[in-house]
Amino acid sequence: MAEAAHTPNRRALIGFATAAALAVACLMLRSDLPWLKAYPAQWTLAFSAWINLAIGALLEIASPLFRALSTFLDWPMRMIRDGLQAIPWLVLTAGFVAVALRAGGLPLALFSAVACVYIQVSGYWAESLNSLALVAVAFPLSVLAGLLIGIAMNKSRRLAAFLTPMLDFMQTAPAFAYLVPLIVLFGFGPVVGLIASAIYAIPPMARNTRLGLDMVSPELHEVAAMTGCSPVKRFWLVEMPTALPQLLVGLNQTIMAVLSMVVFAAIIGGFEDIGWEVLRSMRRAQFGESLMAGIIITLIAIMLDRITRGFALKARTHSKPAMPLGRYAGFAAAAMALAALASLILPEGAGSGFGMSERINAAVADLSVAVGTTTDALKNNAIYFFLLPIRIGLEQTISPFTWGFAFSPALKTGYWIALALLASAVALRKGPLAATITLLAGLFLYTGTSGMPWPATIALASAIGYWAGGARIAALWAGTLAMILLTGLWTPAMFSVYICLSAILICVALGGAIGVLAAQSDAVSALIRPILDLLQTIPPFVLLIPVVMFFQVGDFSAFLAIISYAIAPMIRYTEGGLRAVPPTKIEAGLTAGCTPMQLLFLVKLPTAQRQIALGINQSIMYGLAMLAVAALVGSRGLGQEVYVALGKADAGLGIMAGCAIAAIAICVDRTFVSALERG
Amino acid sequence: MPDTPDVILECRNLWKVFGNLPGGFADQVTTRAADDIVTDLQATGAVPAIRDVSLDVRRGEILMIMGLSGSGKSTLLRCLSRLVEPSAGAVCFEGQDILTLKDRQLTDLRRNAFGMVFQSFGLLDHLNARDNVAFPLRVQNVPKAERHRRADELLDLVGLGDRKSNFPHELSGGQQQRVSIARSLISDPDLWFLDEPFSALDPLIRRQMQDEFLRLQTTLGKTIVFVTHDFLEAARLGDRIAIMRDGQLVQLGTPRAIILSPADDYVRDFVADVPASRILHVADLVTEGAADGAPQVHLKDPLELAIDHFLSGHEALQVLDDNDLPAGQIRRDDLHVLTGQSAHG
Repeated sequence: MAEAAHTPNRRALIGFATAAALAVACLMLRSDLPWLKAYPAQWTLAFSAWINLAIGALLEIASPLFRALSTFLDWPMRMIRDGLQAIPWLVLTAGFVAVALRAGGLPLALFSAVACVYIQVSGYWAESLNSLALVAVAFPLSVLAGLLIGIAMNKSRRLAAFLTPMLDFMQTAPAFAYLVPLIVLFGFGPVVGLIASAIYAIPPMARNTRLGLDMVSPELHEVAAMTGCSPVKRFWLVEMPTALPQLLVGLNQTIMAVLSMVVFAAIIGGFEDIGWEVLRSMRRAQFGESLMAGIIITLIAIMLDRITRGFALKARTHSKPAMPLGRYAGFAAAAMALAALASLILPEGAGSGFGMSERINAAVADLSVAVGTTTDALKNNAIYFFLLPIRIGLEQTISPFTWGFAFSPALKTGYWIALALLASAVALRKGPLAATITLLAGLFLYTGTSGMPWPATIALASAIGYWAGGARIAALWAGTLAMILLTGLWTPAMFSVYICLSAILICVALGGAIGVLAAQSDAVSALIRPILDLLQTIPPFVLLIPVVMFFQVGDFSAFLAIISYAIAPMIRYTEGGLRAVPPTKIEAGLTAGCTPMQLLFLVKLPTAQRQIALGINQSIMYGLAMLAVAALVGSRGLGQEVYVALGKADAGLGIMAGCAIAAIAICVDRTFVSALERG
Repeated sequence: MPDTPDVILECRNLWKVFGNLPGGFADQVTTRAADDIVTDLQATGAVPAIRDVSLDVRRGEILMIMGLSGSGKSTLLRCLSRLVEPSAGAVCFEGQDILTLKDRQLTDLRRNAFGMVFQSFGLLDHLNARDNVAFPLRVQNVPKAERHRRADELLDLVGLGDRKSNFPHELSGGQQQRVSIARSLISDPDLWFLDEPFSALDPLIRRQMQDEFLRLQTTLGKTIVFVTHDFLEAARLGDRIAIMRDGQLVQLGTPRAIILSPADDYVRDFVADVPASRILHVADLVTEGAADGAPQVHLKDPLELAIDHFLSGHEALQVLDDNDLPAGQIRRDDLHVLTGQSAHG
């Protein structure tokens, strides 16, 4: 029985009880000790100033180098941009359609044709080409760097151990965080967006390269040895061809990452690209224009995604195309030549959009008048009864203005008594651990994320880490949060935690429910799959448009934007996990006499819990990634700090705030991973 | 037959230890008893996968290496081709210790003298059957026309002449293994390693592939080291069988010797699982003398056939050789040597 003392639950009890005791103590002392409530500014360290000093020093020495690099990258970008612009749109359309036909057959070719015509007609052809030119330069850079890193990771375990956390960091650090230091180093301009996009898209290529090479079976290595391959021949004749399908998956993910970042980098302006069009019109509340441009980004994203995915799928199934590549290229060239002739005859000039955007604007205006009261009511209720309690707790939320009555001392005493009674009841029925967690939840509901004294927050996060993965994860949490405290970013960080936490709660509840429905019904599954595909394909930036259209700028819009982006993985993983439950288990459940509900709750959900936990983890990652994007529609928090830093070109602040988001994301991820490994 | 068999490959006091190897291990091996070394190794957490194995492979024979999973049979095979680096001992191919070869020389040896077939085929997914078979020649930069010609010949030999341009995923398991066999033969190896080549196939196909393997071997006459976990397969195909357990060589001998006198209970268990009357031949139990007038059987006939005659009341049978000349007799009483084996088929 001595070993039982070390079980995870026992560990958790110790951690949670400590956190609860600390929280209660802090709450009692907070009026006497104000530093418990708000971490004093004089206790922070000026990390961002130091970083700025270091970057300044670096600039002194290396400025010419960065300028040279900037010019060096600017040149091919301009070449490609001018080159693309010089080609008549019909010719390019013919080219795109030819590639799409090869990759995805007739449906994709038709889609591409319609998309190209739409882009031309709506009058954003030139802007779209500018974005594509950025993609065209950043993409090969990412691919090359990703390939080299992936190969190095495959060849050297030590290098892999060193590079993996760096890749994690690169992928979880918000897009903004890349832009700020780059602006300081390279100055404002398209090259910054280019470099940021190239860097941002390296991790998926590197990961897939490594995965593909790692999956080359030991037997194939032996085949290579027995057939007398030299290391070089083994690499080119055995490893790379075998890894090719995975490499193509990497190409697909990389081009999508590049596109999403290229669109996003528009916020620093100066490219005359399609992302900038969206942002500019959104700021002017011209929703017609921003919607038209947003649709274009979506169309481009779908085209690039389906084309690269089509090629990847072909490589995986080794399906042979009906026509050899050479002859196909000939036909494609002929079609493009025909298109060139046609464009000589057709009138020149960009499309006007036929006044579509004006009509949309009018429609949106009418609609907001019509549903305005409904959306306002929805928004206010969500804020008063869900968002505010999570942010500032019942303690400050409840007021005559919000809930219609004041939180009088008598009511407060009642709350504490009710909580104590509930915790005791839970303790009797479910044991001390559940009671402690109930108590903590009650305390949290009372104070909210911002009202909880910081020592208690750190203790709580560490306790969760301790429960999930032992001392190592607990230390990771404590270290990360202490760092945030020291940099003076505690308040914005807690704001970010609040907005993400609220969004994730909804994602888990709503996404989980949709996932369960989709797993039970093929019709639901077929209905939501294209929507999920779309949500995961389009750059997150575009998701802001409809949200702002109906709910204006503010917390609530940020909350909705995060949900719309982060809900997809939750639905996917829940459905996938439930559908993967082995039939024998279901049969065993049925034989035991389960009702459909019992089957779901007693057999399917417990079997799928690992997958569902992964889904929650993914949702949190997506949510944190969206945080910085959501800052554009007026959320405060760390995302906003990075955005402010961007405006002021304050690299130190930008890096620190970006690092804080990435560090929290990594903490969450490690917590889930170690909890899942523990089983 | 000469007194000293013509040995093509031999290994002497071979050791393979996974995990931390103590310093001066090579010296220990020559001076200390194997069991003491193993005890010491296990105390440090190292795993001795091959323990002091010595055996030789004779030119033109099929040597089967047999054992349960984890017995070290695959590791032994890989030590013989140096796919796994042995920890101590010597592996001599045509008198040359291959453990002392430089990378370049080893590569040449593998290109020209060794061929290997793998359990899960080891085909390259992106190449069709012809290019898979031609792969070893591609590695040696043989011109395309020449390597395709050779690959086509071999595909015809293994009966896949009509599937040359199919990719591995378009072939059945048995067909994939034929491609793999053809590939291992394309550089006309002197020594042919087969690592459980038929284990991944279903029983009917396995039997069919074994028959084809024997047919192939009668035309090719290769020297073969063949790993299997299936005693029946070992007994059907092998000239000699080396039985492995816990990294040690337990018994090495002809199928007849092993069936008739198993070295210990471990081997006896294997033997008990196979119908000896189907594996043994009349030649295995023939004795001097003649049984004139009795039914005739040939040396090559399975023992089963003789048993059928015994069951119909005969006490002895006349044995003839390949040229139908008298070669001795086989007597019912001699079947008693099949201890524990059913004499009734």
